[in-house]
Amino acid sequence: MIKSTANINPLENEAIYIFREVAAQFEKPVLLFSGGKDSITLVRLAQKAFYPAKIPFPLMHIDTGHNFPETIAFRDKLVAELDLKLIVRHVQDSIDEGKVKEESGRYASRNQLQTTTLLDAIEEFKFDACIGGARRDEEKARAKERIFSVRDDFGQWDEKNQRPELFDMLNGQIELGQNVRVFPISNWTELDVWSYIEKEHIEIPSIYFAHTRATFLRDGLIWSADDAVVFRDEDEIVENRLVRFRTIGDMSCTAAVLSSAATITKVVKEIRESTISERGARIDDKRSEAAMEKRKQQGYF
Amino acid sequence: MEVLKIATAGSVDDGKSTLIGRLLYDTKSLTSDKLEAIEKTSKKKGYDYLDFSLATDGLVAEREQGITIDVAHIYFSTQKKSYIIADTPGHVEYTRNMVTGASTSQAAIILIDARKGVIEQTNRHFFINNLLRVKEVIVAINKMDLVDFSETLYNEIKTDFQTLINKRDYKEQNITFIPVSALKGDNVVNSSKKMPWYQGVSVLEHLENLDFEAVSNTGIPRFPIQYVIRPKTEAFHDFRGYAGKVYGGELKKGDEVVVLPSQTKSKIKNIYFYDEEVEVAARRSSIVITLVDDVNISRGDMIVKTDELPAIDKQFKATISWMDSQELSENKKYVLQHGVNKALAKVSKIHHKIRPDYSGIEEAVDSLQMNDIATVSFKLNRPIFYDAFKDHRTNGSFILIDTISNNTVASGFIQ
Repeated sequence: MIKSTANINPLENEAIYIFREVAAQFEKPVLLFSGGKDSITLVRLAQKAFYPAKIPFPLMHIDTGHNFPETIAFRDKLVAELDLKLIVRHVQDSIDEGKVKEESGRYASRNQLQTTTLLDAIEEFKFDACIGGARRDEEKARAKERIFSVRDDFGQWDEKNQRPELFDMLNGQIELGQNVRVFPISNWTELDVWSYIEKEHIEIPSIYFAHTRATFLRDGLIWSADDAVVFRDEDEIVENRLVRFRTIGDMSCTAAVLSSAATITKVVKEIRESTISERGARIDDKRSEAAMEKRKQQGYF
Repeated sequence: MEVLKIATAGSVDDGKSTLIGRLLYDTKSLTSDKLEAIEKTSKKKGYDYLDFSLATDGLVAEREQGITIDVAHIYFSTQKKSYIIADTPGHVEYTRNMVTGASTSQAAIILIDARKGVIEQTNRHFFINNLLRVKEVIVAINKMDLVDFSETLYNEIKTDFQTLINKRDYKEQNITFIPVSALKGDNVVNSSKKMPWYQGVSVLEHLENLDFEAVSNTGIPRFPIQYVIRPKTEAFHDFRGYAGKVYGGELKKGDEVVVLPSQTKSKIKNIYFYDEEVEVAARRSSIVITLVDDVNISRGDMIVKTDELPAIDKQFKATISWMDSQELSENKKYVLQHGVNKALAKVSKIHHKIRPDYSGIEEAVDSLQMNDIATVSFKLNRPIFYDAFKDHRTNGSFILIDTISNNTVASGFIQ
């Protein structure tokens, strides 16, 4: 028995509170699971919120087909171990159905395309709350995101007309057809997430730790050399490097960082001392200064 | 680690974004890519200094207009504490954003331009933080470099501010004055050598020294039920746990309690945090409790200690801050959300509205517009279990939801 809850992380208390509000206020919530550290952290927090009952909603993965194989293997193992329900929807299907068109060229990515697949899946299952691992410290458009963020019929975010959120009170009232994006770790920083993973001994995909990988350099960033997925010019030379990933998105838009941090403790130390922000390695945000805000208005997570 | 939330409000001119940018810069919280982006944009705009406001102003419209229009959250930490700044614009048309920012904060920084002294905006920021009972207020008198670091001027501003303090009812705020230059970095993180007459600490040092318990609003423990946990599995066949967050004070295993609204008496059997049994559930922790007796409890009910009953009533008076573009209508029904509990509500009377310049009240108003603050009476379809806001910041506050748009249209503080 522990003596008191006084030393429990206030951010953890807040996230658990938010999860319980979702379960109480919505009919069909879903946890959007990418296989990244933030969504893995969400799963642990959801476990804590409902224990000894099981997590009362499914996970959903929008699979771009360009994921790191390690992420998919990790996802399937986690779902099996915790006896969770997993829904997978594929961007490839949206392409095959002619709903979206594959990008081509040097910076081709399926990152934008997944919005269509996500919105179709929300409609298919009539989800009214989609829980995601976005954090306000990641990016400046996200700094203004609410914890309960209402999306219209078209999945769009109206950033100028957001509901005020006061004290702890979360207003989840919506019309039929609308849905709410929920961000339980809104107030966590990257370091908070990593420290939590360390403290809780949460398992994460191996590519977050230092490993040798075939890579090439472009625009000062290190890319995975997987010619099936990542566009590479002939003069971009492949070399083995000791790297790890700080953030996991699509292979085509997530760069690696040089690192020898092979344990969680070393990763936390590295993040603590880092002078580059997490999304600095995400090419999708660099397209323009307002890239994230534009994608969010269209329904991106 | 402790997380301290700080409300800031102000306009571009008084240097608020510069102050925040300076806090981030001097605590080495700006990453090199963010700093590069700031340098690049500052250069593009032809500035010969770093425009730290670019670190905080998020949305495209804001960058275009050069103003902040919402609540932005900024994060930084030191060895001692984590900080979240809820940053809002300062003009009267953003009163609702300031109320929102102050509602979750334990501290506020009120910025004064030393050249202008106490102005209407100063009055507004202080009024709102006083109304919302933000315990710790730092009055940062900025741009001291532009007034030759004058002690006389600083003291004059202090005296003027004192007249604002005298007008307010809530006197338990701790108010600290600090002379700063955000642009030059004096007394923001590092102490200034240019103002030997100032004996106090810098803004950050002051924040670092704050005792978290002392700046928190405490009171009688209240436990509103968020969610009932019934696993119905073999291992936990008869388990019936009540999940929620503890507010005000702590609850202990074995405490004699009353369940509202049924007023059934029982005793706390066990307290859990995840899979661990706990002796004491501290304030603001998200726990699960079980009771000794089999009581019918659902979401919105409340567990309190025996002999510490809150008010149980269908009618009360409250100060409200109107937040919607549609005006308040006395004939309309609203959903009143009090914590996790809901009731239908009607405004039975608007007693008076506070003048926009806070100089007094206006009687005989029949509606409220966005950003108005007023005292009104409510009538509900069923009783809620509340405390006065002055005694309990959580159990004394509520929001109003429009039944058609579903928007949060007001926040209220029960008198």
